[in-house]
Amino acid sequence: MTATTVPAGPAPPPAPERGGGRGLRTRLRKEAALAYVLLLPALVLFGAFSFYPFLRNFKLMLYETPPVPGLPSRYVGLHQIIPTITSTQFTQSLVTTIIFVILVVPISLLLGLALAVAAHRKLKGMAVYRVIFSSTVVSSVAVASVVFGTLLNPVVGLLPWLGINPTPPALENTTWALPSVALITIWQFLGLSFIIMSAGLQSVPDELLEAARIDGAGSWTRFWRMTVPLLSPTIFFAVVVSTIYAFQAFGAVDILIGNQNAVRLHTNVLIYNILNTLQIESNPGAAAIMATVLFLIILGLTLLQLRFLERRVSYAR
Amino acid sequence: MAQVSFDGVTKRFGDTTAVDDLTLSIPDGELLVLLGSSGCGKTTALRLVAGLEEISAGTVSIGERVVNEVDPKDRDVAMVFQSYALYPHLTVAKNIEFPLRQRGVDKEERTTKVKRAAETLGLGDLLGRKPGQLSGGQRQRVALARAIVREPLVFLMDEPLSNLDAALRVQTRADIVELQNRLKTTTLYVTHDQVEAMTMGHRIAVMSEGKLQQVAAPEALYAKPTNVFVAHFLGSPGMNLVEGMLVESASADASGGGGRGTLSVAFAGASVPLPAEVADSVRGSGPDVVLGLRPEALHLSPDGVIGASVIIVELLGAETHVICHTETGARIIVRQGAGAPKPRIGEPVRIAVEPDPEAYHLFDSSSGNRLGGP
Ligand SMILES: Nc1ncnc2c1ncn2[C@@H]1O[C@H](COP(=O)(O)OP(=O)(O)OP(=O)(O)O)[C@@H](O)[C@H]1O
Ligand SMILES: [Mg+2]
Repeated sequence: MTATTVPAGPAPPPAPERGGGRGLRTRLRKEAALAYVLLLPALVLFGAFSFYPFLRNFKLMLYETPPVPGLPSRYVGLHQIIPTITSTQFTQSLVTTIIFVILVVPISLLLGLALAVAAHRKLKGMAVYRVIFSSTVVSSVAVASVVFGTLLNPVVGLLPWLGINPTPPALENTTWALPSVALITIWQFLGLSFIIMSAGLQSVPDELLEAARIDGAGSWTRFWRMTVPLLSPTIFFAVVVSTIYAFQAFGAVDILIGNQNAVRLHTNVLIYNILNTLQIESNPGAAAIMATVLFLIILGLTLLQLRFLERRVSYAR
Repeated sequence: MAQVSFDGVTKRFGDTTAVDDLTLSIPDGELLVLLGSSGCGKTTALRLVAGLEEISAGTVSIGERVVNEVDPKDRDVAMVFQSYALYPHLTVAKNIEFPLRQRGVDKEERTTKVKRAAETLGLGDLLGRKPGQLSGGQRQRVALARAIVREPLVFLMDEPLSNLDAALRVQTRADIVELQNRLKTTTLYVTHDQVEAMTMGHRIAVMSEGKLQQVAAPEALYAKPTNVFVAHFLGSPGMNLVEGMLVESASADASGGGGRGTLSVAFAGASVPLPAEVADSVRGSGPDVVLGLRPEALHLSPDGVIGASVIIVELLGAETHVICHTETGARIIVRQGAGAPKPRIGEPVRIAVEPDPEAYHLFDSSSGNRLGGP
């Protein structure tokens, strides 16, 4: 992760040449042309699927779609912004998302850290566990949701078998629906969190922990007074990244809860709400405004992250 | 204060035997240097005392106590790592304080002890800094301060000077010796630098490939190396070693008791007569031997006993190393003072050996062990 902070310094300008100046200039121009050609596919894809929709979103915010289908949308300027972001549907969705993030991020990171510490010991066969722990990264939301949906099923699932059987069933219960969705997301995030934490642990020199051990620190003290402080940049990075991801999660809600029940069961997370506003309610203007709020939240988190990484204390030995 | 003993200690990592049947005892208050080339098991031996590695066989004791099963934190040793292993997120003061804090020393006592240790090592002004803001020499001193602050039974130091520049190294070397003299704490000091070993150690233990070769005071180690490894390893350059044969020639002076002849070591182009004392102590061994001659016991002289040709002449300021080949290609280095005439490359020369019996070292050619008593 430290690699993300390495600035790509501009190359010094080529020294002016007397004799071969023109030859050099032509060659540079050719190289630049080739660079643009090679960049083109990426630029086209980004343009079509990122930059254009991003700009288009700002335009959509200014238009109001009448509730009756068929009528043309109407320019309202900034007037629909306040009503949209103060609507109970939006504020509830925001609250739901924040609760969701608070449920998901700390637990998945703590578990990831615990697994990483466990797998950091140099024991035989540890590689197998590392693969298993990181495997959730490559499993899709859909598969995870179906599997967990089955596990939470009131008839054939694991919960009744464990003797836990809320009524109504977990995924139809106003109290347990959001925690259930969070549980799946935690499981999904675990692999990434494990990988980030493991990478962080690699950078904590063994000798430091050995020195602490000789100095009289037990394993608990070594963990809290050495490993965690030394890992703090990694932990911060993981918190920000998984918060950003958690703000954008909706797959499990879509698959396990569905748009009929999302609001009633308090699982209507932001992205899902945006999606339904756009598709079910056919209200692109309101959806665009909500999307912009989400964008600002994520932008804020990203800036926080960049600032921190820039200023980060260097623990160089 | 305590003595440290290794008793038949072996440490294996899979197929590699890092420490092989080491038996060695360091009396209370001694500074013992573990010397050997890279990979010979010095660090491993140290880590066994610290408790950072499990012992495969044998016992390690500190004082009267066998510590094989004792946790590092209960062994009461302090270690200075080659990389210093300072805690990067803690200030210098907190680094030095850490071992005291872990041992539940109360706040007031901690403050005085940290202050005293910092003063001893001249760190008074740096207490508020983080290790990242210190120079290599300063970090090294912080590591030492952290080691001395809780007055452990034993100091373990793993090449603590290897990251310092030459000038700082000489100074810190003296500082450590002075500190150890004052504290009288039993110290195991690991290095691969023989100058460090010779200048610092009360005794030196030479290791090679996990095996202890010889333990002796620096002078004794230099004067009577126990085998060809130690002979060649110590000294710069190391001892010249030439394979030859013990030959008894008919006595020239019949007045000598018992009618014994002169015993010489013969090899192509040379026959090196041994002084009587040396001859008496090795007579009967061999006939295949290795003759060891230190470069400083040799000089170029027209009536020298070894014929050779000059390959390289190295000027080192105060002295010159003349590197020669004998007829069979064996390498002999002659150390000359600055005033001596400088031979040309390719010039045939004759090498003379000092008459001092101490100049002659003889080793068994198959075992490599010293002949003629310790
Ligand atoms: N943890 C380990 N796992 C496997 N082999 C090891 C381990 N530690 C050391 N060894 C091996 O044991 C031998 C001795 O290593 P050790 O570190 O004690 O050498 P050293 O004398 O300290 O060398 P240096 O002067 O280079 O530090 C080496 O062959 C090394 O490869
Ligand atoms: Mg070592």
